[in-house]
Amino acid sequence: MALFHEVVGEQGRVPEWPYPIRYDEEQDIDADVLVIGGGMAGCWAAISAARKGLKVALVEKSATIRSGAVGPGVDHWCDAPNHPLSKVNPDEWALRLTNANGGYNCGIGRQIQCREDYDTLLELEQMGGKIRDTEDRWKGAEGRDEASKLMFSPRNNAFHESNVVFRIWGTTFKPALRSECQRLGVNIYDRVMVTGLLNENGVPGTRVVGATGVNDRTGEFMVFKARATVLCTGVPGSIWVFNTELAGISSHQSRALSGDGNAMAWRAGAGLTLMEKSGLLGIGTGYKHKWYGGAGDASYENVQLVDANGKKLPVGNQGWGVSPQPADRNARRGPWEAIRAGVLKVASALPYYGDFPDMPDMERDITWNMMLQEESVTKVIVDTFNQAGFDPAKDQLMNYQLIEGASPPQWRAIDIPGTRGSGVMIDWDLKSSVDGLYAAGSQLFATGDTSFAAATGRYAGRKAADYARLAPDVRISREQVSREKARVYAPVKRSDGIEWKELHAGIARTMQYFCSEYKTESLFNLALSSLQEIEEKWVPRLYALDPHKLMRSLEDLSILTYAQIILHASLARKASSRFLDFYRIDYPALDPPEWHKFITVRLVNNRVEVGEAPIGYWGNLREQYEAHNRDYTGVYQK
Amino acid sequence: MAKETYALPNVITPGQPVIFNPAKCTGCDRCVEVCPIDVYVPNRDKGKPPLILHPDECWYCGTCVNECPVPGAVQFNFPLQQKGYWKRKATGEVFRA
Repeated sequence: MALFHEVVGEQGRVPEWPYPIRYDEEQDIDADVLVIGGGMAGCWAAISAARKGLKVALVEKSATIRSGAVGPGVDHWCDAPNHPLSKVNPDEWALRLTNANGGYNCGIGRQIQCREDYDTLLELEQMGGKIRDTEDRWKGAEGRDEASKLMFSPRNNAFHESNVVFRIWGTTFKPALRSECQRLGVNIYDRVMVTGLLNENGVPGTRVVGATGVNDRTGEFMVFKARATVLCTGVPGSIWVFNTELAGISSHQSRALSGDGNAMAWRAGAGLTLMEKSGLLGIGTGYKHKWYGGAGDASYENVQLVDANGKKLPVGNQGWGVSPQPADRNARRGPWEAIRAGVLKVASALPYYGDFPDMPDMERDITWNMMLQEESVTKVIVDTFNQAGFDPAKDQLMNYQLIEGASPPQWRAIDIPGTRGSGVMIDWDLKSSVDGLYAAGSQLFATGDTSFAAATGRYAGRKAADYARLAPDVRISREQVSREKARVYAPVKRSDGIEWKELHAGIARTMQYFCSEYKTESLFNLALSSLQEIEEKWVPRLYALDPHKLMRSLEDLSILTYAQIILHASLARKASSRFLDFYRIDYPALDPPEWHKFITVRLVNNRVEVGEAPIGYWGNLREQYEAHNRDYTGVYQK
Repeated sequence: MAKETYALPNVITPGQPVIFNPAKCTGCDRCVEVCPIDVYVPNRDKGKPPLILHPDECWYCGTCVNECPVPGAVQFNFPLQQKGYWKRKATGEVFRA
């Protein structure tokens, strides 16, 4: 009796909302440092600030124990070059990462990652995270350091001699981080969605002095007062495509990813950059199964792909000894384009399979029983296959490349590997353009991953703590709180009009029509007026029947704001760019040198102000990092 | 056949990301507490499996099943269109999870 209609049938009525309703009740919380978002970056920011003895509040829309991209797990700790077994120089590695993709990357974040993410990993181990093969289960495996029992991954095969990517047991990470937060006295507020930042005197652009939130089970209003605030939320996963009837919200990205952080930073007057960037969505959403949709392909890392007759396909799979995968994303497309052309000439037979039986025993065991047991949402996929009788020593896993077709170009996303990276413009303290507001993880404009989120969160936490210790007292504007309260509760005051799903799909349609494959000023302007119509005509009709639907409704308002920011940034970049997957009909020349720069956008007195910064505005990465971190003490000693 | 026929809207699909075993589930609500997007709410009757209230928001992370303290109390159930295939290399037979 777990389904809605079963409960109705048994009880004879619709079940009551199971949590107390507390609309309009208010809880006031005082903290030195407020951390928004309890994922990998947020937990680390909270821990880092709490270690300095400050009072920290951590606010999480879901449940900190398993929230965020790393919540279910993670199998790789990438780009960690600063350790005794590394074969590369960390500063050179950071520069290499920064300069990839035309330099449209967050060099500051990359430098922090490369200098500090190994220390961060060792601290995770102190907390109970598993990072070594302590049971000697894979003794003698390729990439295993027998003395330390650390295991290196063949990922980025062309560079595997570098020893910068670790295999890790990431299902242990989030519970360990939450326990450490609790041990250090961090006050965790789960199931609270932060709705907006508070500025000094309520004036956008002035110092951020806290935030407002709403409990997404009870509807209670929360007012957080803080000397410093660290933004650690994710980026939205469904601006162009929205579907719930095929496989739920998405089989690749959680609904919780709705761009709340960027939207609230924007409304608070902070500058954002690379917001015009997006990429083709090839995965998830229910329209397609891969990656991680239950069909089990799990990106086929390490596994040789073969055709239906067992013939090896000429694509690299990042494993030991198989053909290397080019580091450049565009170069990776080449082999697949050749294979696609070959299918029609019967050069290979569909469908393709991941040839697990052909793998060396040890590597197959590690891939199936460690990597895919630890990575993100793949544990439950592997378990499902095992229960159904799949045996990796005997069976080949079907791959759906080509047979499911290409994605339509209007299916786009912010968060595509290789193109992700839009966010808050920051300085060497990871401070935004607004005083008191810091950012980490996905909020930074980089192709970030787990170790990036962890290291930048840890760094932002300590910088925010340093600021908070010396910063003057804060005063909250009750007028701003009242305005936000009215905005937040508006949907629960109505019982008809438009529900969140329909609103969301409407925003996505606008973006598909007017801001996808074909980009030009006239379409951008149509998009902006369409979004304005949604804002003026439909948002005032938005209704929410309970606190959960209220959260989803407020998320849609974040998505609406985010879409508008994308349009403003797109209008401002009057040039096409291969690196940003940004092709304008009215400015077709690719990457003209005068446009090789960051475009920034921010709200000033309710008007959009466009600015710019040179690529590499952070200066010499090594020198600047060292100048700003003379007090860094390495691995924390409990 | 159900005892009563009610006037209900179409059932949300996919509507059953997991299948509970009421004989084993203790109603501890661990899954309710760890689900990152509140697919579940607690059952009004203590000790019974939770109500799957928002199946349309599930993103199939599996956390509820992974964290369940009672073996066999809850089983994952990917939507039909997401169930994957494999081939036994020696025989060429194709199976589905």
